[in-house]
Amino acid sequence: MAKHHVSVTLNGDEVEYLCDTQQTLLDVLRDELGLTGSKEGCASGDCGACSVMVDDRLVCSCLVMGAELDGAKVDTIEGMADGDHLHPLQKKFLEEAALQCGICTPGFLIAAKALLEKNAKPTETEVRYWLAGNLCRCTGYDKIIHAVMDVAKEMRK
Amino acid sequence: MRYEAPETLKAAAKILAGAKGTSRVLAGGTDLLVQMRSGLIEPDLVVDIKKIPELRKVTLEKGGFRVGAAVSGAELEEHSKFGKVWPGVLEAFELIGSTQIQGRCTMAGNLCNASPAADSVPAMIAAGAVARVVGPKGRRDVPVEKIPSGPGKTTLKKGEFVASIFFPKRPPKSSDAYLRFIPRTEMDIAVVGVGVNLTVNRGGTITDARVSLGAVAPTALVVPAAAKALIGSKLEEEALEKAAAAASAACKPINDKRGTIEYRTKVAGVMLRRAAQIAYDRARGKK
Repeated sequence: MAKHHVSVTLNGDEVEYLCDTQQTLLDVLRDELGLTGSKEGCASGDCGACSVMVDDRLVCSCLVMGAELDGAKVDTIEGMADGDHLHPLQKKFLEEAALQCGICTPGFLIAAKALLEKNAKPTETEVRYWLAGNLCRCTGYDKIIHAVMDVAKEMRK
Repeated sequence: MRYEAPETLKAAAKILAGAKGTSRVLAGGTDLLVQMRSGLIEPDLVVDIKKIPELRKVTLEKGGFRVGAAVSGAELEEHSKFGKVWPGVLEAFELIGSTQIQGRCTMAGNLCNASPAADSVPAMIAAGAVARVVGPKGRRDVPVEKIPSGPGKTTLKKGEFVASIFFPKRPPKSSDAYLRFIPRTEMDIAVVGVGVNLTVNRGGTITDARVSLGAVAPTALVVPAAAKALIGSKLEEEALEKAAAAASAACKPINDKRGTIEYRTKVAGVMLRRAAQIAYDRARGKK
């Protein structure tokens, strides 16, 4: 069966790829395009480690088919920093040690960025609910939640 | 596996009707991709309906709302009016999965996936929502409760799919509520789900009601006896007790890791009381 030829805007660049029908967006990112920042945790939409933005919507890339994205805008963790300049969320996660093993971190960062773009002044409850689809088995979440709250505060200044 | 992304309803129906083997409709894919991945199904054809423009929209129709089958939870939440008119339907839909899932999941998908515990289904049933089914022979309108026929099974015929869900115009002083019970606060599957939709008069007497229960039978149930107990009341204790008893009596649940038969049966009544109170307060403008 012929592969699908798909054109997307990936982290601001025009990118084309070929994929099989069975491949998810996560498979395409990691295996075809070499972007391994998005992680595969559960492959069933529960853990959020593969979180990316598709047409400015937060989604699990493991639940998106590669074939369905022709013309779409896709943003991944690889596009979050501006060259050597880390995004404020990335900086804060480092400063406040809001990670341990790091597997969940790209997903948390993408999801947290999506939250702050939608809601510049989230309450702690709102942050916790928004990030409920991102699982972390190391930190116990508190440091992550506090880092996001602190960035929100700084970005409002 | 073949992937098709038709741009019209007609083309979609034609492709599905002409397909051999197993076909699946792809809207949000939050159930479909999981089922494919786990090997539960191996479709020969996947028809993506997201490129059909009318299925991506919420439109006003005869004073009601028509929600396209490819409208995601996040999109419906951002709609300026829908959630004000149908707060119970929206809160049920929003309970499905995480923020990431909300970015993709659809009500039509929740309906056609036919899980007995689907959150938006009891709320849609209570709302009196009508599914528009499109197929090779044209279209037909079907009350949503007639779509699922058992766990993972629907009454849709070959080539048919749900194109939209219609929420009819509401009388004044009407509102709805959905509550589910899960063992944790987020990201779990309902032990019991209850949708209540009601209308009150100026004096606060309930003049019309619909009640639906999820996760307590092979499909979500309509519970006319519970609705009947609410109608004519001002939600006094006696009416609540009767309605709760009717809800519990309607349950035909299973035992599983989330709850026993006895537990689900009891909780159904409790959740109905609470959901009815929320819907009642909303209908009277009390929030």
